[in-house]
Amino acid sequence: MSTVRLTIDNIPVEVEAGTTILQAAGKAGIHIPTLCYLEGINEIGACRVCVVEVEGARNLMASCVAPVAEGMVVKTNSPRVRTARRLNVELLLSNHKMECPTCIRNLNCELQSLAQELGIRQVRFEGKKGEYPIDDSTPAIIREPDKCILCRRCVAVCEKVQGVKAIAPMGRGFDTVIAPAFQDKLLDIACVECGQCTLVCPVGALYEKDYTNEVWAALADPEKFVVVQTAPATRVSIGQEFGLPPGSINTGQMVAALRRLGFDRVFDTDFTADLTIMEEGSEFIERFTKGGPLPLITSCSPGWIKFMEHFYPEFIPNVSTCKSPQQMFGAVAKTFYAQKAGIDPAKMVVVSIMPCTAKKFECQRPEMRDSGYQDVDYVLTTRELARMIREAGIDFRNLPEEQYDDPLGESTGAAVIFGATGGVMEAALRTAYELITGKTLPALDFNDVRGLTGIKEATVDIEGTKVRVAVAHSLGHARQLLERVKAGEQYHFIEIMCCPGGCIGGGGQPIPTNTEIREQRIKGIYQADVEMPIRKSHENPSIHALYREFLGKPLSETSHHILHTHYTPRGKY
Amino acid sequence: METCQCEAKWEELDKIIAAHRGRPADLIEVLHQAQELIGYLPRQVQVAIADGLGVSLTEVYSVISFYHHFTVKPKGKYQISVCKGTACYVKGSPEILERLEKELGIKAGDSTDDGKFSLEVVRCLGACGLGPVMTVNKRAHGLLKPDTAVAVLAQYQ
Repeated sequence: MSTVRLTIDNIPVEVEAGTTILQAAGKAGIHIPTLCYLEGINEIGACRVCVVEVEGARNLMASCVAPVAEGMVVKTNSPRVRTARRLNVELLLSNHKMECPTCIRNLNCELQSLAQELGIRQVRFEGKKGEYPIDDSTPAIIREPDKCILCRRCVAVCEKVQGVKAIAPMGRGFDTVIAPAFQDKLLDIACVECGQCTLVCPVGALYEKDYTNEVWAALADPEKFVVVQTAPATRVSIGQEFGLPPGSINTGQMVAALRRLGFDRVFDTDFTADLTIMEEGSEFIERFTKGGPLPLITSCSPGWIKFMEHFYPEFIPNVSTCKSPQQMFGAVAKTFYAQKAGIDPAKMVVVSIMPCTAKKFECQRPEMRDSGYQDVDYVLTTRELARMIREAGIDFRNLPEEQYDDPLGESTGAAVIFGATGGVMEAALRTAYELITGKTLPALDFNDVRGLTGIKEATVDIEGTKVRVAVAHSLGHARQLLERVKAGEQYHFIEIMCCPGGCIGGGGQPIPTNTEIREQRIKGIYQADVEMPIRKSHENPSIHALYREFLGKPLSETSHHILHTHYTPRGKY
Repeated sequence: METCQCEAKWEELDKIIAAHRGRPADLIEVLHQAQELIGYLPRQVQVAIADGLGVSLTEVYSVISFYHHFTVKPKGKYQISVCKGTACYVKGSPEILERLEKELGIKAGDSTDDGKFSLEVVRCLGACGLGPVMTVNKRAHGLLKPDTAVAVLAQYQ
């Protein structure tokens, strides 16, 4: 690989040919502000915030797309550069719907920080403001085009990472709006509500629908018995909202915070993750040994499920009929637990803390009412939980560690790894191996299915029988994997997670969520696994009790009634 | 779903799409041909093109909405184009457009309910000396005033 030498702000730098000026500056420890840039995903030089001066060049260059050249002399902090950057940001602000103090992204907005960083104290231009209506048609995602700065990060993520292409620029020039075709409502199109757009939106133009007010009201209602469940991935991300390093494990503090917020019982989705393994593992063994549609494909991720219903309905027979752990929890809480605790399920409110926006859609599906009530009432993202904790004045960082309540709070290491890509597969293999062979697994870690590689494959030898598995995360990779299957590639078991990195990279997670942060959270997840006293789902004593007292055995009639579901083709348009 | 006046031409549309099946890069060319055939690009046509070429409906509509040439509404029998290029603009074309909008009861970009007239704005017709200029079905009418512009419409009935 040939290298190129240049100087940036008088610092000599040597980098590989083809590197951008922005990357070269980063290597030299020089910070260039960016706005529309999203590494590897949106590199289009649209916002002109990253402009730099290159000696001999007539115009300023967008450093995020301009490649380095031999002998180049770059200035990143000249008067001309500063003036241009300020002007560009001022122009963005001139037609921005500036509601900063009441905006959902207040204090976590890249446009706001940039205005501060560049020292903008006035906006000299009064631009015409947009007049596009807010689209709050879905239960999960809100589009507010008047706050959009047309950076196109959401478009790039939706197209390149997720392969969904739900939104794109419509119209041209000043009237451009990022929207679905015909400016249809998000509810009416093939949007999977994964919320990856809300993670990358630098401003408040795309965000989750906030249900904190509904939850506050339930908590304040003495008639209601409010139960909360926490998804595996939230325990390694909530800390980031309170200034802790990404990936730090704050399970105990989160439980303590939820108790202080007033929840009557603090339970864990990890419990029903173990339950999912019992049901889905049994489903796999049955299909594998007695014959049934293979590959079996996991069903935990509601973004993936909606994607499949829109784009790959031919795979409906392959997808596990198991409800997701969140929905299993709601159904078990309002039946088994309500009976056991002597609580009227009509007065029970089930709240979920999820890394996910698509879960908000999932809980409102009409088929998710097998308890006789809506099984899960409200879904809050990690971000919304953090908002409630802040509003309540709880000092999260200094909370003592507390334990989940019994019995729906007991779980294993196999459950916590559901939060990372490959985790469901690994948890299922730990159980399937032991149930099929009746022997103890020699090694618990299935490293082939871990990590951020887009599509992972492994062959597992279960006493002479080779089980071929594959794992995909992000819908772009899911699409590639499904095309392989359609082309004749044989697998027995496939895990698909909608979001990059799995749930730890979900659309409801703290902002920012980038590759580095995803890696930190994955580390946290596997650390949490190792720290658990029990690491296999079928060894969870509370799960045994649930089967003994209520369900009978996996795939029993009761199980089928409350823990399993069906899917509906939705069409692409 | 809206009705389109394209059923009779569907077979021909299918042929156009078939010639470019699975080739997303041909989108603009296919849109040109489809609009030439049908006169406009209603939703069903866009869906058929999206499916045929293997692109999303969002991309199809994004391209259509970017180029003024493409239209998703049927054009009137008489297509009025009012020039708002610099020369026509300073010589008063905004007043002409405003008067025509009032007279026809439509905004630029729309067609009258009886399907007779559609109105659009264009940038420079290359007849600046005659400004302000408008064309009706490609025939130019120059040196207009709001009243004379309305009078011109009487020729097209």
